[in-house]
Amino acid sequence: MSKREEIIRVDHITKRYDENAVLDDFSLSVHEGEVVVIVGPSGCGKSTILRIMNGLEPIQKGEVTYRGEKVDGKLGSITRIREKVGMVFQSYELFPHKTILQNIMLASILVQKRDRREVKEEALQLLARVGLSEKKDAYPRQLSGGQKQRVAIVRALAMHPEVLLFDEVTAALDPEMVREVLDVLLSLAKEGKTMVIVTHEMSFAKAVADRVIFLDGGHMEEEGTASEFFDHPKTERAKQFLHTFTYDKVERE
Amino acid sequence: MNWEVIGSYLPLYWKAMLLTLRIGWIGIAFAILIGILVAIVRFYKVPVASQIAGVYIEIFRNTPLLVQLFFLYFALPRIGIPMKADFCGALGLALLGGSYMAETFRSGLESVAKIQTESALSLGMNKSQMVLHIIFPQAFSRSVPSFVANIIFLLKETSVFSAISLMDLMFTAKDLIGLYYKTSECLVLLVVFYALILIPVSVLGDRLERRVRHAEFGD
Ligand SMILES: Nc1ncnc2c1ncn2[C@@H]1O[C@H](COP(=O)(O)OP(=O)(O)OP(=O)(O)O)[C@@H](O)[C@H]1O
Ligand SMILES: [Mg+2]
Repeated sequence: MSKREEIIRVDHITKRYDENAVLDDFSLSVHEGEVVVIVGPSGCGKSTILRIMNGLEPIQKGEVTYRGEKVDGKLGSITRIREKVGMVFQSYELFPHKTILQNIMLASILVQKRDRREVKEEALQLLARVGLSEKKDAYPRQLSGGQKQRVAIVRALAMHPEVLLFDEVTAALDPEMVREVLDVLLSLAKEGKTMVIVTHEMSFAKAVADRVIFLDGGHMEEEGTASEFFDHPKTERAKQFLHTFTYDKVERE
Repeated sequence: MNWEVIGSYLPLYWKAMLLTLRIGWIGIAFAILIGILVAIVRFYKVPVASQIAGVYIEIFRNTPLLVQLFFLYFALPRIGIPMKADFCGALGLALLGGSYMAETFRSGLESVAKIQTESALSLGMNKSQMVLHIIFPQAFSRSVPSFVANIIFLLKETSVFSAISLMDLMFTAKDLIGLYYKTSECLVLLVVFYALILIPVSVLGDRLERRVRHAEFGD
């Protein structure tokens, strides 16, 4: 693991909204082929970290780099970096005025100037992979949440990103659709894709993560392998947090 | 109702309608152009231009077209800016319409969620690609109902053109009534010709609305 190249480096960053520090002196590095899962209570800054890694959020201190290059939404280099850093949102954010196929192809053609025929062929392959070939000419509104999210993942993949950021991609889904989306992520992990995943699905996190980061109050409270974190949490806060996902059997009189 | 009278008036009304249409469409075309520019300036809060645009919108939305036309036609020549009546009519319509269109397009732009922007940016699009391919189409499709309503409103407003002696439908009707006292024939023709202008616009507008609804938000 340690020999692998560092792709994203988050170096002692501080992020404030007005006066409130959402992230305080936070650092993280993501290496090639690694799956990093970020967990933590609501409002602890998980989405903010992903957004900062994609240059969507300015920071007040520290630095974020992608392969040594500064990630900053105000720099011209940001579009090139974003091509390589794919992001998938909780609310899918497909483009409602474009068909599924157009959603997937748009950026490859517009941003990467790739050949339309080749892009289309690849888009169709990707759609087939997530079992949505027959939806290629549908509009987003005609799809279920789980289907939309699979399209959003495919849309990110079509750019050939080096790393993918997933922000609670199943949080808006009905329970029966969670599986179909998480299965896609698991298969990407098997392929060795580099990913940073924010999730509340603990059993999924345990299955997919090489490394788990537990965030609380803008700090990294704990960091470890999946089994270290889930089976033997070190900090009291992590134990409490994990406890909120388990229920004790009700004892009736 | 005297059909012979109606028949003999038809060419006059036809000519008047063409005038209304000509000035109407020129005015509306420029209104759309002004509206787009002003909406963008307002939406992206371009310094200084945004404040000027704000004042412009307030003035033109809150004064009657008739007053604006009087001002352009009678007041401006006094300070040495000559105005031809038809130019004046088109300009008045463009300025009035521009202020309405600007608000229509701006609220369309505002209705596109910020996270759609971010979704486009995260795919590596630059700002102009994002605006052109993601923001504008969505903003426009949400503006369409109010856009169509504006066009119909502006076409109706052209009925005050007669005040600056443009020989439009209203002018023709009043003129003929004054000359020959065939009031009911003149008024029937007036209604018919306005309907002739507005019904097709309204039908086309409905079609456009239905088409863009196809690409509307569904989630
Ligand atoms: N635009 C904003 N302005 C002010 N405060 C904000 C803004 N966006 C986020 N915050 C605050 O920053 C903190 C972290 O937000 P963030 O969305 O990163 O949390 P999160 O860990 O993703 O939470 P959740 O699990 O609910 O998605 C929260 O307290 C939130 O209220
Ligand atoms: Mg979040």
